[in-house]
Amino acid sequence: MRRFLIQLIIVLVCFLLQTALFRYLDLAGIVPNLLLIPTVSFGMMRGRKEGMLVGFFSGLLLDIFFDTIIGPYALLYMYLGYINGFFHRVYYMEDILLPMLMVGANDLVYSLIIYIVTYLLRNRLDIGFYSVHVILPEMIYTMIMTLILYKPLVKINQWLKRKEEGSEA
Amino acid sequence: MRFNSKNGIPPRYILLILTIVCLGLIGISLAFEEVLTPLRYVTGVTITPMQRGINVIGEWVGDKLDMITDIQHLQAENEELRQQLEAYQTEDRMQMADADELNDLRELYDLDSRYPSYEKIAANVISKDAGNWFDTFIIDKGSNSGIQVGSNVMAGNGLVGIVTEVGPNYAKVRAIIDDNSNVSAMFLTDSSLCNVVGDEKHMDEGYIRVENIDKDALVSEGDELITSGISENFMPGITIGYVTNLTLDSNNLTMSADVIPAVDFKHIQTVLVVLELKQDLDEEE
Repeated sequence: MRRFLIQLIIVLVCFLLQTALFRYLDLAGIVPNLLLIPTVSFGMMRGRKEGMLVGFFSGLLLDIFFDTIIGPYALLYMYLGYINGFFHRVYYMEDILLPMLMVGANDLVYSLIIYIVTYLLRNRLDIGFYSVHVILPEMIYTMIMTLILYKPLVKINQWLKRKEEGSEA
Repeated sequence: MRFNSKNGIPPRYILLILTIVCLGLIGISLAFEEVLTPLRYVTGVTITPMQRGINVIGEWVGDKLDMITDIQHLQAENEELRQQLEAYQTEDRMQMADADELNDLRELYDLDSRYPSYEKIAANVISKDAGNWFDTFIIDKGSNSGIQVGSNVMAGNGLVGIVTEVGPNYAKVRAIIDDNSNVSAMFLTDSSLCNVVGDEKHMDEGYIRVENIDKDALVSEGDELITSGISENFMPGITIGYVTNLTLDSNNLTMSADVIPAVDFKHIQTVLVVLELKQDLDEEE
């Protein structure tokens, strides 16, 4: 329960940062996809189930707030979280390179899906332009933000783990 | 795997269930839009104040960052501005006299002012769409202040967008530069109609796209584009921008062009929401 609440708060904080604070810290009009970071991190640190749940709530929040249809982003983030859960096996805590690369790869997949669903189907074909102006900058900025946010997330996870083991014993 | 032994349900079943939930939600929101309104209402009411709070911090941080970079320019600019101010003050006095005269003449001719004076309310932009793909944003006034779905949003003298969703203390605005936006517009010079279509790609170069201009229309670059009277959603006579890059389309029937918007879309902080609705205006007529 405690874990669930803390994760909910993390998602909410990332959402607020992404939609409100980073409006002022954008680079060339691009805002990092912060919600992807907890989704990927928890997927890797804790496995498929938590990655999936964190992703689901991140996406749901986006849907409710910014979309006319509720569900697509929840679906997308959920599957990303779930897939990242498979990397739980090769993950170990001190390594920051793997999470960074994973966030980058995830953001790429995420952007491509959004491009295909919302742009390509409306006959906006110039993928070169969108890659250079939206997809790549977003990916790089998000990866840089991972450097900053990943360590605190690991710390929170460790703390939660200690608490849980404490209460079990 | 600890999480497996502790919790009976394997992750893939949860995934399956949540997928069905998501698809269900998509279906519901496609079929009956109103069903999910209470949900939006609750999140809107709880999260908007938080965003407003973060915004204060954001503005502060942004200001501080700007201060570091700007401080060198400021003194030079200050000096320049002082000089300009004096020039403007003299000019202003002359303008005032002119304006008085203009008003008198207008009254004489019984003409309306060129910009119909719609009743407006000011609001602050508090958050922007989370992704980098669309241009929607949230403002901090809602139905409590009389804003409705379909209210036009302006900044300065230019059109910004339209309200697509309203809560008691927030409203969602879709900018005319959004990739989904399409505004019926008119040239001020010869009243020929056209469509202003939002396009991410052009906005990056600072333009909005204009399509379907009649090829015989007597328009030239630099002409002012305003919202037309035939639009269902937009009040007539609001400036959109100034036309440039006129080209004949390959079908030889229509022309396209770019519009330099009258509003600086990269830096919108406060907007004016027009309280009258176009639909009401149509009904009155």
